[in-house]
Amino acid sequence: MDDDAEIIAEFLVESHENLDQLDRDLVELEQHPGSRELLSSIFRTIHTIKGTSGFLAFGRLERLTHVGETLLSKLRDGEYAMNDAIAEALLRMVDTVRALLDGIERSGDDKDPAVDVEPVQATIEILLDHGGRLPVAEVAEPVEPVEAPTGPVATSAGPVEAPAATVAAPAEPVEAPTGPAAVQEQAEWDGVERRSVADSSVRVDVELLDNLVQLVGELVLTRNQILQRTQSQDDQELLRASQRLDLVASELQESVMKTRMQPIGQVWSKMPRIVRDLARQLGREVDLLMDGHDTEMDRSVLEAVKDPLTHMVRNSMDHGIERPEDREAAGKPRSGTLSLRAFHESGQVVVEIADDGKGIDPERIAAVALDRGVVSREQLARMDTKEITNLIFRPGFSTAEQVTNVSGRGVGMDVVRSNIERIGGSVDLTSEVGKGSTFRIRIPLTLAIIPALVVGEGEERYAIPQANLVELVRIDGDDLERQVEDLAGSPVLRLRGRLLPLVNLAEALGTEAAQRDHVTVVVVQADNVRFGLCVNEVHDTQEIVVKPIGRQLKGMSMYAGATIMGDGRVALILDVPGMAQEQGVDAVDQGLLGTRATDDEDRTALLVLEVADGRRAALPLAAVARLEEFPRERVERAGGAEVVQYRDGLLPLVRLAPAIGLMDTSDRTEQVSVVVHELADRSVGIVIDRVLDVVETSVVLTDVGRRYGVSGSAVVQEHVTDLVDLEAVVARTGVSA
Amino acid sequence: MTTATTADQYCTFWVAGHFFGVSVAEVQEVLRHQPMTPVPRANEAVRGLINLRGQIVTAVDLRVRLGLPPRPEGELPMNVIVRSRGEVVSLLVDDIGDVIDTHGLELESVPSTMPAKVQDVVLGVRPTADEILLILDADHAVDIFAMSENTGATV
Repeated sequence: MDDDAEIIAEFLVESHENLDQLDRDLVELEQHPGSRELLSSIFRTIHTIKGTSGFLAFGRLERLTHVGETLLSKLRDGEYAMNDAIAEALLRMVDTVRALLDGIERSGDDKDPAVDVEPVQATIEILLDHGGRLPVAEVAEPVEPVEAPTGPVATSAGPVEAPAATVAAPAEPVEAPTGPAAVQEQAEWDGVERRSVADSSVRVDVELLDNLVQLVGELVLTRNQILQRTQSQDDQELLRASQRLDLVASELQESVMKTRMQPIGQVWSKMPRIVRDLARQLGREVDLLMDGHDTEMDRSVLEAVKDPLTHMVRNSMDHGIERPEDREAAGKPRSGTLSLRAFHESGQVVVEIADDGKGIDPERIAAVALDRGVVSREQLARMDTKEITNLIFRPGFSTAEQVTNVSGRGVGMDVVRSNIERIGGSVDLTSEVGKGSTFRIRIPLTLAIIPALVVGEGEERYAIPQANLVELVRIDGDDLERQVEDLAGSPVLRLRGRLLPLVNLAEALGTEAAQRDHVTVVVVQADNVRFGLCVNEVHDTQEIVVKPIGRQLKGMSMYAGATIMGDGRVALILDVPGMAQEQGVDAVDQGLLGTRATDDEDRTALLVLEVADGRRAALPLAAVARLEEFPRERVERAGGAEVVQYRDGLLPLVRLAPAIGLMDTSDRTEQVSVVVHELADRSVGIVIDRVLDVVETSVVLTDVGRRYGVSGSAVVQEHVTDLVDLEAVVARTGVSA
Repeated sequence: MTTATTADQYCTFWVAGHFFGVSVAEVQEVLRHQPMTPVPRANEAVRGLINLRGQIVTAVDLRVRLGLPPRPEGELPMNVIVRSRGEVVSLLVDDIGDVIDTHGLELESVPSTMPAKVQDVVLGVRPTADEILLILDADHAVDIFAMSENTGATV
């Protein structure tokens, strides 16, 4: 199985390294026969290999290391003194272990007939029987010792062809592993060619890698500076050289970043065990599927997602997958499936954790959320199913009916989410009751170099990580007054029917905000918080190298670090969650601000339209997917209905005026204004005269204008406005005017 | 707290008329005035961040740190770059002096007439021929947090 292969590969790398150390230790031991330290080290190594081989059911390896370990323990405890016979036996044991490991690497088990463990094992047993000395008669009996360090004990097993020939044709044996001799050649030569896991990689100190990344960051910055300068030069040579520098630096950066990449398999390798133990503990039957072991990400990212991932697996086992009895009752196979999938997508790593368990019941979530005071009844009423299921990420939420020692340890999904968001990632949950749930984590490939938006305030520049960026909004002149208003002392922006708290960057930085005739709002998001940051200037987005700042500034939550700009100046990186916290924009407010519930008022965002020559009608803004205009000639007829070709399909049109009992005047213009309304399976275009405004208002519905297609009338912006009953209107799709 | 012979050598500088010395073992380099990026809302003693060959270094103004009068307009501070607990920090000073060898000079305790904030970061004094050298505890001088906790705001 794939997972086993992973474990075995790890075991092999580890063991090869240990054996190399063992060789050195043994040789040194001959020089310092009494060294307890060396003996203990050797003992531990063999003990580890023995333990793992027992676990992996490599019986021969286990038996061999077992006798070796016994001999070593006698030496360590001073029962035996080191002598040539023991040293010889130990070295041969190590060689045999190595040969067995090679066999395992080739074939996946330790049953390679070319490796004979018996002679060594027998020798050691004789040693053990005779108090650490070989009886004279038996010294000659065991097969002749190994001559070349590369040729393991296997040398003794069969007729070796002329070694020279083997040396001359190293590539050949792989194709013809027929007789024992061939097998053996393979053993010798494959050691060189195929021991890829151990030989083709080098262990490097993480600090050195970090240092390299730092240096490359510098190089990239210096390159930027040079490129900037050479732009204005006439020197062709210099230009060419700087272009090459550009190229080389980029490639170098990429390669160095790659050195820090590690496969997610490193974290996953622990999953089978965790899942197995949990399944026992919880009385579940679970099949674990893993796909995408080799998906790589920066080690710092990997480190950061390790715990959240484990927690989510635990969560899925505990809350997702049902007990076998329950599953059978629900007509599912007894054992549940937990699948982990990792892959790269548009420069990010996506990790999915999916179970086929009972899914998340939004009603139960809603009930619990209410019960625990996570949301209010009013807020709940306005949430859709997805928003409700995602409530599990809110602080103070845990649905485990009984607190188990598995997921109910105070660490909730909110911690999982904030940990992932801290590194610029996001979590998303989709779930279907009775079918299962899927968590989808998106994380950046690396943390050391991140894309960021550079903004200007005062004389300085600040970088906002792209991961926190939602959008940029510019508000000019008159709109400023209309869209920005004061809500209990803090400014908020009306943005597409939602109210967004505003934070002025200058004020957050403790300086006076300049009066301007326009405002640029950078809409940012972190954790549960979304707010608008008013900035003076927006420069551009660029890749920045994140650098730590000194401990004198560590307590300042508004900065995530600093970076060096192309001109060599330092710019601070803003920490969006930290700013939100400092500015008192908190998650709870968001729910309220979402629809602006000022106590008893219930406000809705409406799209106000003009139809039928000056009559006003309104649609809930939430129902509006897009606004489109089509030239009149694009409106075609299909069957009895009007359609336009739209996004590779046909968009059926329904004229609003006749649908709500008014005279149709939409033909008077060259362009057809259409509100695109999306339903679960299709879209409908609602033809109107023109859009007047988007307002957020508390709707007091009266029955006055109530008729087919209109759910009532209300006063919106001092005008009587028909509130459109969308369902009725959509039902008329295809009915021509 | 001073160690053997290297500690006899001090890199000296002036801050508001006081003559200070930091053990050469702690000093990485001395630089002319460097462009700085201010850190809004940071402790007042933190004057800004310096790009020191790609490393970001916090600049601590010793005048502010020691509660001495502010540097006159137009005078640019110099940087004494020190290593402190694995980090590199710049001390902003008025002027740089020589490296002097204080071998044979007694380390005396800080006169109690010194301002409290100065006493706080001075390990002792060594009277040289023409000046009194104040031996600065660089680790403590760049410890801005400890300072805010002890004495409240530096404003």
